[in-house]
Amino acid sequence: MRAVIWGARGSLASPGPETARYGGQTACIAVHLADGSLVVLDAGTGIRPLGMALDQERPPRVDLLITHLHSDHIEGLKFFEPFWDASVEFHIWGPPSPLKPLRDRLAPFFAPPFFPVHLRDVPCRPEFHEVPPQPWRLGSATASADLIKHPGPAVGYRIEEDGRALAYLPDHEPALGTDLDTAATQWISGFGLAHSADVLIHDAQYTQAEYDIRIGWGHSSTEQVVRFAERAEAKRLLLFHHDPLHTDDHLEGILARARDLLPDDPDRVVLAGEGMTLDIQ
Amino acid sequence: MRDRGQQWNLVLILARDLVSRLTTAAFVVDADGTLIYFNEAAEPLLGRTYAEAGELRAGEWATEWNPTDEDGRPIPLAELPLGIAFGERREAHRSFRIARPDGAERAIAVTAIPLFARADELVGALAVFWEDRRPGGG
Repeated sequence: MRAVIWGARGSLASPGPETARYGGQTACIAVHLADGSLVVLDAGTGIRPLGMALDQERPPRVDLLITHLHSDHIEGLKFFEPFWDASVEFHIWGPPSPLKPLRDRLAPFFAPPFFPVHLRDVPCRPEFHEVPPQPWRLGSATASADLIKHPGPAVGYRIEEDGRALAYLPDHEPALGTDLDTAATQWISGFGLAHSADVLIHDAQYTQAEYDIRIGWGHSSTEQVVRFAERAEAKRLLLFHHDPLHTDDHLEGILARARDLLPDDPDRVVLAGEGMTLDIQ
Repeated sequence: MRDRGQQWNLVLILARDLVSRLTTAAFVVDADGTLIYFNEAAEPLLGRTYAEAGELRAGEWATEWNPTDEDGRPIPLAELPLGIAFGERREAHRSFRIARPDGAERAIAVTAIPLFARADELVGALAVFWEDRRPGGG
């Protein structure tokens, strides 16, 4: 599979010269499977340019895997070209909730006063799926989802194809209430998704000092994400969900800190950035 | 059950995180009724640490502490609050007596609630319990 990052920012789109190297678009990753299927991870503002790029070769089917319904993960969907194409078979997967179906939770976002068009009037007539508790097939890959620690219903995903695995946990605070150094792995949120992944794309929003005054907000510090990746034995770590207040220079400082924490294998960790392509084969 | 054999469902992880910080005794069981955690506050009542007890299947913990009613009759698993919570998927409360491994008897009150990851997916149950010091408690 090939993953292309169209948005790596968290919380709020942050375009401008100070974020030009890693980009200001919010979370979106296109995963192109071996059989030609397209899986899209989250619908932050990065999904808009993805849709434009697909104009020349519109896929017959799109599977959009949403981790949760915070705005930076759904706000771009309204401007995703295939969403407005009645010929596209559109499937939206998202976190389960004990209280309301996924469609009912998303619908207010597609209705006045927030948007002029109702979800029921979207031409592609999307089909909604709450992620199943067991792995399921998506094209030539197998997808898995688990609830992970983040306020409200939120999941992470794992995409496996030909023995390779991509794990995507963009908003995740595994250290909340858990000592990542000492906890048995079965008690660590997200461990099952990330375990031995070839590529782990993980929340790295805060420095440790920032985290210390934002405990419970659902995100991780540099130290925590590195420790989580170590415990999960992820082969490669992409720092993701960059804070909207962090400039490119600031992000490179975070990367340097992460690499200091992995002195034996500093290249194992990189910053996720717009336009980055990952061949996971 | 563990997700793909590696990790508990998040609802159970959160339940354990909460229970581990309570000063009230509490149990967590999985969807099969296996006891997967009890906190430090439970140790004086149960007479064992979780490290000593480890995971116990439903049939084991239901008899480990020999729960009995006010007349001294054993209470079957299906009539214990936790048994009701994961077996019937509903809240339950009851007072009864237990015997610790050292033979000491305790009157306890137990409230148990089912834990759902989604409306139709029971992943376990949680019970809080305390020594019932009322006259005739248990």
